[in-house]
Amino acid sequence: MKRFRVLSFLVAAAVLMAGTLWLVQRLVEPKYDTGIVEGNLTAAYYQETTGHDVVFIGDCEVYETFSPIALWREYGIASYVRGTAQQLMWQSYAMLEDTLRHETPMVVVLGVIAMKYDQPQKEAYNRMTLDGMRWSKAKLDGIRASMLPEENLLDYMFPLLRYHSRWSSLTAADVRYLFSRPRQFHNGYYMRVDVKAATDFPPGKKLADYRFGSNAYAYLDRIAALCEEKGITLVLNRAPLLYPYWYPEWDAQMVQYAKDHGLQYYNFLAERDAIGLDFSTDTYDGGLHLNLAGVEKLSLRMGSILRDACGVPDRRSDPALAAVYAEKGAFYDAMARKQRDEIARYGHVLGYGPLQQGDAG
Amino acid sequence: MLFTSYSFVLLVAATTLLYYVLPRKAQWPLLLVASGVFYWFAGPSFLIHLTVTSVTTWFAALRIGGIGGRLATALAAGKESLDKEGRKALKAKAKSAQRVWMLAALLLNFGILAVVKYANFAIVNVNAALAAFGSAEKLSFLTIALPMGISFYTFKTMAYLIDVYRGKFPAERNVFRLALFASFFPQLVQGPISRFDDLSKSLFEEHRFDRRVVLSGLQRVLWGFFKKLVVADRILPAVAAIVKNPDQYDGAFVLVGMLFYAVQLYADFTGGIDITIGISEMLGIRVAENFNAPFLARSITDYWRRWHITMGTWFRDYIFYPMSVSGPMLKLSRWGREKLGEGFGRRLTVYLTTLVTWFATGIWHGSSWNFVAWGLANGLAIIVSQECEPLYARFHRRFPWKGKPAYAAFEVVRTFLLMSCLRMFDTYRDVPLTFRMFGSMFARFDLARVFDGSLLKLGLSVADYGVLAAALVLLVASRVAKDRAGDFRSRLAERPAALRTALTFVLLLLILVFGAYGIGYDAKQFIYNQF
Repeated sequence: MKRFRVLSFLVAAAVLMAGTLWLVQRLVEPKYDTGIVEGNLTAAYYQETTGHDVVFIGDCEVYETFSPIALWREYGIASYVRGTAQQLMWQSYAMLEDTLRHETPMVVVLGVIAMKYDQPQKEAYNRMTLDGMRWSKAKLDGIRASMLPEENLLDYMFPLLRYHSRWSSLTAADVRYLFSRPRQFHNGYYMRVDVKAATDFPPGKKLADYRFGSNAYAYLDRIAALCEEKGITLVLNRAPLLYPYWYPEWDAQMVQYAKDHGLQYYNFLAERDAIGLDFSTDTYDGGLHLNLAGVEKLSLRMGSILRDACGVPDRRSDPALAAVYAEKGAFYDAMARKQRDEIARYGHVLGYGPLQQGDAG
Repeated sequence: MLFTSYSFVLLVAATTLLYYVLPRKAQWPLLLVASGVFYWFAGPSFLIHLTVTSVTTWFAALRIGGIGGRLATALAAGKESLDKEGRKALKAKAKSAQRVWMLAALLLNFGILAVVKYANFAIVNVNAALAAFGSAEKLSFLTIALPMGISFYTFKTMAYLIDVYRGKFPAERNVFRLALFASFFPQLVQGPISRFDDLSKSLFEEHRFDRRVVLSGLQRVLWGFFKKLVVADRILPAVAAIVKNPDQYDGAFVLVGMLFYAVQLYADFTGGIDITIGISEMLGIRVAENFNAPFLARSITDYWRRWHITMGTWFRDYIFYPMSVSGPMLKLSRWGREKLGEGFGRRLTVYLTTLVTWFATGIWHGSSWNFVAWGLANGLAIIVSQECEPLYARFHRRFPWKGKPAYAAFEVVRTFLLMSCLRMFDTYRDVPLTFRMFGSMFARFDLARVFDGSLLKLGLSVADYGVLAAALVLLVASRVAKDRAGDFRSRLAERPAALRTALTFVLLLLILVFGAYGIGYDAKQFIYNQF
């Protein structure tokens, strides 16, 4: 009897302590509700209730480049963007592995600009990419491959150890989004409607060595192998953005890689006139990223490739899926309207987060 | 492996778990393995130093013990045949042989310490002297890394050796047990400097698991982490900003830096010792206390009886006392009494021994002139204080305030400020700069400069100051409560398990949330690690 009491006490104490620690951890974790919202991109995927035929994987050159809602509306393609800020090749591999735990798409579209990085870059980006991922071997491997020398695996396992110092900068949003994050994205697409015309970019600096690094290639190989193993068509692409500079030597390597591995590779930068992109109106930050107008133009082109070259079917006749996308489309339109209204009223977008306070999803 | 690293926390957790899961006879060997792992992380090559010290000390002590044993046998055998002179001669011969072994081991081990810790300091000074005499010759520096905790384990083992020589206790026959005494990982890097007879019993005896003991030890560990992470490492940026920019932060800022450093050093060092003692307690091992409310000391000698107690007693027992009764000192004392008068002649040797002891204490803290100056300044302050004793006595006869609370408070503040001033040699790490900053405190004292918003430019926000203030209140309150009602942990141990567990968890939570650690913080090693 005494042993039972002791055991009960220990279990109750452990549960209470773990619960308190979890709650405190949730409180101090960044909510990414305003300003930098990219930190919520990874976790948003798990809110999905339907599968996808196409999954885009990469960095900002996918999540601010392709619009799954536009793809649905024009081609009936069910797609999702699994991209985060400065998502490196090993993180894209982890993202693909994580995606395959939930679904097996027909096509994976991979942004290749991250090939220019061969080593981990910045802790903040690592956290934004990996914190939101559900725990699995894929996440663990992704963390191990991404950590900088000053980082520690335990900080990822117990984010309280990393974010505890936020106690002094907590806001009402930290309480509001304690249990659920705001709805900010459109199947992984981060919408911006504002316009900032591109001006001149300096030409690319001469590099000592134009070859992509072996680590980046190793993970590209693993992505290609995994797609082949799962019967997924892998499409490589370079977004039509003016910066960072895409060297011809880099392009040649991707062309060669695609040829060697029987993959499709599209350098949309070379097609930007055919796509109809106008960098005086289709970018929100002077050519680094596309705004909604630019994204929808590019999505049209991408949709035709997916339909014609990859055989991705039109799902609009599926009533359940159509209903889901109708709701998503309404949210998409509402956010675009809200941003345009704010620009008209204030000259700039007030925030890229939820439509209104408390809009959690 | 820093005390504040995850790997150290894991090492302690794993060691504690195995300690109580494995058969009890495996407990001390497990601690030896854990100590080896701990030291391995600091640098595998450093294990060689530690092994050399342990083995040579063990061997020399064993020889000394053996000689003593043979002497006892010979004396017993010759109980009737040997006359008084014969016995005396035998004893003298044995003592002489024992002394040879002791000196050989002392020379070797202090020699290692001298080479790895002080060789480059000596070379700097030789080079400066050569340059002063116009020589272009320069000695090259030695590229030797300083083994972690070498000052601490050398002092522990040499004290053991001397105690065996003095016949205080028999030599340890098992080299591995002596190696554990030397390397016991919680106290390897910053003490306390335990004595063998103090530590060995609980270190080598078998311990049953007692959750009250383990929880109590854990509470002390957490208290140590609280002091280190919430107080010491949080205030550190402000201290660094003031000390590293002496031209910008002079005048009243020197006083601020002095006070902040006092808080930082106290929280850092006592926090580290709390962690050491707490871990030992979790393992059922009793380690000597090293502090007794030093900032409540009412005189400089009182302070040194309360601060780093085991170091102070080490220097007292192995330098001050032996030197005081050494032949040359006795001769000097005789000469002094004849030539300078009975009183001062007697005090002369005490003062000389005091200065030598404090010189050694200073240089033990670091191989640089600022530590020498700090040590000598402490010695001088003690001497001046002793010389002023008659004056104090007359003052107290005339003003009988001694013992009154207000006067006691004055004494506490006076001692705190005096010790803080002396600590400036440690803070600024440069003797001329220390004097310059000390002077500026009086010449350019402008308190308004401190409170014009500058305090918020020292790397601490309003929230940081708030946390610091709250933590300091907690520190002071815990001391007051201890003085009034006894040790808080002992009282807590009498309370229900739920309360004990809840309070321990709250302390953990405070550390996790308000501690200054992780990416974004420049968490430093414990200050005393470097010694």
